[in-house]
Amino acid sequence: MLIIDCPNCGPRPETEYGYGGQAHVAYPEDPHALTDEEWAQYLFYRDNPKGDYAERWVHSAGCRKWFNAVRDTRTYEISAVYRTGETRSETQKGA
Amino acid sequence: MAADQTRRIDAGGAIDRSTPVELVVDGTTLTGFAGDTVASALVANGRLRVGDSIYRGRPRGILSAGVEEPNAFVLVHGDHDESMLPATTLELVPGLDVRLLDGIGVLDQKPDPAEYDKMHVHADVAVVGAGPAGLAAARAAAATGARVVLLEQDFRLGGSLLASPAEVVEGVPAAQWVEQVRAELEAAPEVRVLIRTTAFGSYDNNHLIAVEKRAEHLDGTARDGIPRQRIWHVTAAQVVLATGAFERPIVFADNDVPGVMLASSVTTYVRRYAALPGREAVVVTTNDSGYAAAHALLEAGASVQVLDARDEGASPVVASAAQAAGLRVRTGCAVVGIDGDASVEGAWVARIDAEGALVGDAERVVCDLVAVSGGWTPNVSLHSQRQGALHWDDDLAGFVPTAAVRNQHLAGAVRGTYWTDGCRAEGDAAGVAAASAAGFSAASRSTVIGADAVAEERVARAGRTRQLWVVEGREGGYATHFVDLQRDNTAADVLRATGAGMRSVEHVKRYTSISTGVDQGRIGAVNTIGLLTRVLSGDDTRAIPPGQPGQDETASGPAAGAARPTPGAIGNTTFRAPFTPVAFAALAGRSRGDLFDAARTTSIHPWHEAHGALFEDVGQWKRPWYYPRPGEDIDAAVARECRAAREGVAFMDATTLGKIEIRGADAGEFLNRLYTNAFKKLAVGKARYGVMCKPDGMVFDDGVVLRLAEDRYFATTTTGGAARVLEWLEEWSQTEWPDLDVVCTSVTEQWSTIAVVGPRSREVIARMAPDLDVTREGFGFMEFRETVLASGIPARICRITFSGELAFEINVPTWYGLQVWEDVAEAGADFDITPYGTETMHVLRAEKAYPIVGQDTDGTVTPQDLGMSWIVSTTKDFVGNRSYSRSSHRAADRKQLVSVLPLDRSLRLPEGAQLVEPGALGDYTGEGLPSRPIPMLGHVTSSYHSQALGRSFGLALVKAGRDRIGQTLIASFEGRFAEVEVADAVLYDKEGARRDG
Repeated sequence: MLIIDCPNCGPRPETEYGYGGQAHVAYPEDPHALTDEEWAQYLFYRDNPKGDYAERWVHSAGCRKWFNAVRDTRTYEISAVYRTGETRSETQKGA
Repeated sequence: MAADQTRRIDAGGAIDRSTPVELVVDGTTLTGFAGDTVASALVANGRLRVGDSIYRGRPRGILSAGVEEPNAFVLVHGDHDESMLPATTLELVPGLDVRLLDGIGVLDQKPDPAEYDKMHVHADVAVVGAGPAGLAAARAAAATGARVVLLEQDFRLGGSLLASPAEVVEGVPAAQWVEQVRAELEAAPEVRVLIRTTAFGSYDNNHLIAVEKRAEHLDGTARDGIPRQRIWHVTAAQVVLATGAFERPIVFADNDVPGVMLASSVTTYVRRYAALPGREAVVVTTNDSGYAAAHALLEAGASVQVLDARDEGASPVVASAAQAAGLRVRTGCAVVGIDGDASVEGAWVARIDAEGALVGDAERVVCDLVAVSGGWTPNVSLHSQRQGALHWDDDLAGFVPTAAVRNQHLAGAVRGTYWTDGCRAEGDAAGVAAASAAGFSAASRSTVIGADAVAEERVARAGRTRQLWVVEGREGGYATHFVDLQRDNTAADVLRATGAGMRSVEHVKRYTSISTGVDQGRIGAVNTIGLLTRVLSGDDTRAIPPGQPGQDETASGPAAGAARPTPGAIGNTTFRAPFTPVAFAALAGRSRGDLFDAARTTSIHPWHEAHGALFEDVGQWKRPWYYPRPGEDIDAAVARECRAAREGVAFMDATTLGKIEIRGADAGEFLNRLYTNAFKKLAVGKARYGVMCKPDGMVFDDGVVLRLAEDRYFATTTTGGAARVLEWLEEWSQTEWPDLDVVCTSVTEQWSTIAVVGPRSREVIARMAPDLDVTREGFGFMEFRETVLASGIPARICRITFSGELAFEINVPTWYGLQVWEDVAEAGADFDITPYGTETMHVLRAEKAYPIVGQDTDGTVTPQDLGMSWIVSTTKDFVGNRSYSRSSHRAADRKQLVSVLPLDRSLRLPEGAQLVEPGALGDYTGEGLPSRPIPMLGHVTSSYHSQALGRSFGLALVKAGRDRIGQTLIASFEGRFAEVEVADAVLYDKEGARRDG
């Protein structure tokens, strides 16, 4: 089980969290300005990298706040967590 | 007392001779001592033979002294019989009554009455294995003040030292050293030593899962109140794996006859248990380690002959010790066959060539024991479960870890370190390194030497191992050259697999079933891989896909034409948890029966129980299903309840609906963006039904929303959707629109809701709430009022309906729920007010085509598909809106909600029944499968008998359903067919004339 470091509550077991997929996929400013293809990209297409992946988590059984984490999809090691709305800093981008 | 223990050695051993223990084996009573296992008690009684083999029914004997045992399985009789326990790890306790199994067990069908527990702990350092390496590691880490957990599967600490109690460790005999370290660990305040505890799984983030046997070894009433087993979840900052190594057998003809035993296990039986497996022994070995068994046997008074498969014989130190002890040693020789069926009567001995083929004639040597050592395999299971890298070390003749997993450390035989002081020193260094990495500082007792020097010393200490993967028999063929004893697989089976074209070790495993038994390949896996190097060419191995544990990373195998691939060209099969079998009961722990899941009940639940309700599970809620009166079945009860709601008055506990308060200056704007219809301009005191969709436009949830104040809304959700709707609201408010001033709070548990339904409901509400104007004009549909009931209880009463009838919902704080329910029952008594449950609710709402999200929808259904275009705003944007202009959403053949009326008016279609065009069935009769796929138009989502219509009906999602109204389709279910007519979804009170009473 992973121990995930909630930016608000500190390290807590994975079972307290919910998963929210890829981070930084913003809801389009004006969905109607998009082509069907572009809208489908927003709806259905996500990255699937081998290595660092910025993704969203929510501390469902804690503060109930969403936040972002950078997880290595090979090792499950989380190298950074940061609040929603914050950008991933250069140091958090890791190797 | 111990007169029957004919093979008990007079002195020594870690057994308590003052505590004899009786053991019943297949009805025969034997005696052993405390400290024995069932297997060592059998050996001490001269019984090596156990149950027969699983498929071929061949006599089998005790092969090992540990968890790798492939033959000696027993069923333990008790309150709940337990099957397939290795006799080699089963502690001898009073009252043990076992049956020897023929390679397979049967689960006891009785419920297991024992209790099982779970524990979660965090540690700075977790150490797996308590041999010299693990003990030294735990001691070193403990000395720094780190929190240490030491996990040992045996019932004693010591590991390999248990079989060499006289060996000197740090200047004292091993047994004394183990005792000293144990005392030191027990005195340390932050150290937990768990024996009888097997770490069986290793997961991300250094999460180890272990099972501890807590009660089986206790006598009688001492077990009372102690859970039988306990699952430990250990999360450790650092992990030290000191898991040791397993000895491999040698593959020769009839190597499964009882009396063939692993050499190190022979040493264990002699030195740890003072039990002599044979009086005339042949030791056959490919490496130096086998000599230890010869010395042990000799000292115990047996006659011994050593066959060393290596032409050059043992390393100088080992060879001179053998000479000094007077051991007879023949080099370049091996056992090529066994004489005897049910027990070893003799061994056929011959010189062998470089290929393992006989040179000259075999000679028969009389013996009753053949101790075998084919080399050692580090126990890398937990390391490899974490994708720790392995490689084939040709000098050590084994797969060894290349480097420890991050935040883990390896010490001792798991690294191929096969001498005690090396193990101790590595353990010490690993313990210090682990504690230091966890933030604790300490000095090591050992001089840390360079890795290269260590690697060289490992090889020097181990001596050369001859990689003798198979020994030819006196006759041709390999049909009794056993590779995996538990699965009865031989070298012939391996050849059959490669002959059929199998190359990958994973394919060979599945073609043969090698390594699929209880021992998970600990006995047979590496010998199988070794055999593959004998039959596959370099070209063959280059064709094997990469990625197996221990497989060479670069161009597998030698150049074309080169002699042979190494085991590294092939690799291992994948190591998976559990390391040894774990009972499901242990994994379940207390989460069984009533404790399997939480049951949620409303404050009104006691009344439902007292009035004979049957209950239905909706999520975790227990909801009244229907209230049968004496003699009524479900149909009669539901018909009566429906009649009351449509013709008189009925009431239902609607407390389980999810309830969320949405508060803030921007609450209206927020709901506008998430619901398909508008809420911003909803007047205070009014309510509106709303539908929420995902961005893909599919219906996600629905419910009624009340506007309590300018900045407060109260939303209801489906019973099952409450938690995910709250999460959905929070997600959008936090991640997309943090600028909106809005806070969402679950109030499901704070309110009790009572629906009062039917033409006479107004009269009941008038009695309940005398201050309220309940007239048609004074209290409109989709309005609510705050009031105080006649009882003095404050209430919020809404005029909303889920049946189409005139209806009210009374909301009161939860703790008044039961009181108000009883008051409603009393106020309605004159009108024969009738309680109804979920079944009636479903019939009533289906007659009106009110969909149930999740039953009539499945995540592919839009509001338009449900015939609810009216709820989709065209004047504001909302989540999901963009998707309605996608081509897939405009397709003419989308499935739409309609009703279906079976021509047989009494036929209730099963929900899920498929709907097809008439004529589409062709020659299909419903038997078996049709000769070609039959295109499906849709399926039945809801199906009931309507009391109001006097017939059965269903709701269905049907392609272009609304265009098919009036058509007849075929419903296919359970091998039967029925004609149904497609009709408008709403079947009852289409005009909506009834809702105002």
